[in-house]
Amino acid sequence: MGIDWYSLFFYVLAAAACGFALAVVLSGNIVRMAFHLVMSLGAVAGLFFLAGADFVGALQLMIYVGGTLVLLVFGVMLTARGPFVSMQTSPGQWVLVGIVGAALLAVLLQAALSVGRWAEHGEVAAAPVAETRSTSGAIGMGLLGVRVDRLDTDRTNPASSDGMSGYLLPFEVISVHLVVVLVGAAYLARARRRIGSPNQPAAPVRALNGTPNP
Amino acid sequence: MQPIGLEHYLVVGAVLFVCGVVCMAAKRNAVGVLMGIELVLNGANLNFVAFGSEYLRPGGPYSIGLDGQLIALFVIVLAAAEAAVALAIALAFYNAHATIDVDQANELKR
Repeated sequence: MGIDWYSLFFYVLAAAACGFALAVVLSGNIVRMAFHLVMSLGAVAGLFFLAGADFVGALQLMIYVGGTLVLLVFGVMLTARGPFVSMQTSPGQWVLVGIVGAALLAVLLQAALSVGRWAEHGEVAAAPVAETRSTSGAIGMGLLGVRVDRLDTDRTNPASSDGMSGYLLPFEVISVHLVVVLVGAAYLARARRRIGSPNQPAAPVRALNGTPNP
Repeated sequence: MQPIGLEHYLVVGAVLFVCGVVCMAAKRNAVGVLMGIELVLNGANLNFVAFGSEYLRPGGPYSIGLDGQLIALFVIVLAAAEAAVALAIALAFYNAHATIDVDQANELKR
């Protein structure tokens, strides 16, 4: 019996995702937290590939690891000065947070491990890992409103054709939402000249403006 | 050893979710809180993809098919938008208060 590569890759990637997520929580240094988050999100992208969601995995790598984390690292670099690089949480708060986290993990694990009993026949079928096909075409058609994966649904019966709905309207809404959000973020984060309040240092504003503040 | 099934993915998603919640609750750095939000969204995303995967539960009564991947895509895009706005807010807060500690953001209490 050869090595079950699917299970091996799953366990390696799952251990990486969970381990680096724990490292994000336990690390006190904000720069190391960003690095651990990158590794954890990359491992999750690998899990997406293993689950057959190749397009989502690729987008996870491109948008999350390539885009969102670059944003986060820029936020770290613009704000990490002196005492803010590693801010410690008090031990009492850690105890409270540990209790809450353990309780939540117990509830979620109980729900996750009992998912097999949701069905009448709760056996997990053996995964046919040999046959793979790309999902990007089906996802693109789904975003345009055509569900190529549910073509056998009886469309004359309105009760059973609920699953045929595509995602054209959410696609448009999220496009406009993204434009509005990015313009708003650029407006919020612009460098502005502060007026008054002489008791607070104005050094960051001056540095962002690039022009000397008189 | 049983084959990799839906439960394995749900356990990983649960661990990511709890790590994110703990990170959101415990970190004092605003950027650290943002990282916790990213972890929470990733745990939810992993569950969506696992429920929609045809390899983990082929033909099962709870297979949501391509819906899981489409919702995961929407979540990824919304997470990017949320990160942009939240970082802009964090930078504005840092510019105004010269600190990034979320415990210092208590002006509405006074």
